[in-house]
Amino acid sequence: MKLPKPPLPSTLNPRPKRPGEPRTKPLDQAKEAGIASVDWIDERTSLSGGARWMMFRKVPKGTNWFYTLGSATMFAFLSQAVTGVFLAMYYDPSPTRAYESARYITNDVFLGEFVRGMHKWGSTVMVILIFLHMARTFFFGAYKYPRELNWVIGVVLLILTFVMSLTGYLLPFDQRSYWATIVAANITASGPIAGPYLGDFLRGGAEFGATTLSRFYAIHMLLVPGLIAALIGAHLYLVARLGTTAPPWLKPQEPEKLKEERV
Amino acid sequence: MASTRKEPKSKYTVDRGMPGAFEGETVTRRRFMTLTAHGAGAGAAMAFTLPALGFAVGTAVFERPPVRWEAVGTTEDFPNDTYIPKVITMTTGIGEVGKTTVYMRARNDEIDEKPDPPGYDEQFVAVSTRCMHLGCPVRYVGASQRFICPCHGGVYDFQGKVAGGPPVRPLDRFYTRVRNGNVEVGPRYSVNSELRRFDSYRDPAQPLDGIGQYLYPPRLSTQKQ
Repeated sequence: MKLPKPPLPSTLNPRPKRPGEPRTKPLDQAKEAGIASVDWIDERTSLSGGARWMMFRKVPKGTNWFYTLGSATMFAFLSQAVTGVFLAMYYDPSPTRAYESARYITNDVFLGEFVRGMHKWGSTVMVILIFLHMARTFFFGAYKYPRELNWVIGVVLLILTFVMSLTGYLLPFDQRSYWATIVAANITASGPIAGPYLGDFLRGGAEFGATTLSRFYAIHMLLVPGLIAALIGAHLYLVARLGTTAPPWLKPQEPEKLKEERV
Repeated sequence: MASTRKEPKSKYTVDRGMPGAFEGETVTRRRFMTLTAHGAGAGAAMAFTLPALGFAVGTAVFERPPVRWEAVGTTEDFPNDTYIPKVITMTTGIGEVGKTTVYMRARNDEIDEKPDPPGYDEQFVAVSTRCMHLGCPVRYVGASQRFICPCHGGVYDFQGKVAGGPPVRPLDRFYTRVRNGNVEVGPRYSVNSELRRFDSYRDPAQPLDGIGQYLYPPRLSTQKQ
């Protein structure tokens, strides 16, 4: 589809080439090079079709700011991922060094307090955004057929986010995180029959021990983020596949054409 | 009715007219190759998944840490009417994190019942500070002769029995023994509300009365005496 040109005054419109002028300027060449390289990739991967399918979707009438909460959550996750990767460059997950390395990040590393603060407060923001996103889905009825599976994936993502919150809480390794983890492991262990063994698995032994911290660290930065990223992919695929819902206050409208035909 | 239905295929490849079929052969070569490829894939996946899983679970769930006995003072150090806090190491090699406080006193025949099991030379009582609600550290308040937990308001009496709040059983204890005039503190054990001893100690929040002792089985990672 060709879009109409914006109504610009004639002075702002690009001038037609004058006779004798070289056909391509450096800027045009750069543009050509860009297009050519994108074409080169597209010819070999056919990615543009998928990208167009993902990005240029039809959205229902009445789509509003509430529909951005899912993307907001995803950006909160991306922010956590990026800040987390850089925090891992200074953090040391050993019981004797962890607190000191966290203190070093906060007090000595340039912008350390800021990046650590982003990661810490960002985790809370992410949980809040998830709940707002979930509430939007619930109150707009967007979990109904055929989107039930997307709701299920969303709930798994919610639980994985809680796992991230739990495992990340231990990492500063101060009194608060230590005792919070003791309490969390004991809550896990209070489940009947399997509970005691799950508690052992979480702690890496009968007591809070040498490997508990590194265990939590590995879960926090390797296991769960990978799962979350994969499930966000599935979540987004289903959103693109099934489309979004109209807000519940919009009544279904008959197309004008059908109305005319009926008369 | 039966005549309209398609005749079921014979299970023998010879009967189905397959080129190169052997007599008595039931699995086609395509099917055999598919199953072999899937089986090989599953085997390869298991070859790294199972060891990794065992690696993550094995030590955590099955390994028993060695029994440690730690001297905390001489026999004269501990009165029988109040508790003396002592710090012992529960887990070695992790610095301050591996330490815990125990409250020590001598046996008081007016308060404590007979030693259990009989013949065990338990002259001293070592009470764990781990709250039996969710594991926060309790402190002993001498004025009220109570153990009080700061987290969720658990209260225990002088013997460590629950006096109020959410805890589900009395405070854990440690085995004690006397060697060369020194009082030594050993492994932890759990007790139920009648102070009956459970050698393989349980995590907090696990009641050990009635059905609780079966709902929370002994773990493989805790020592038995």
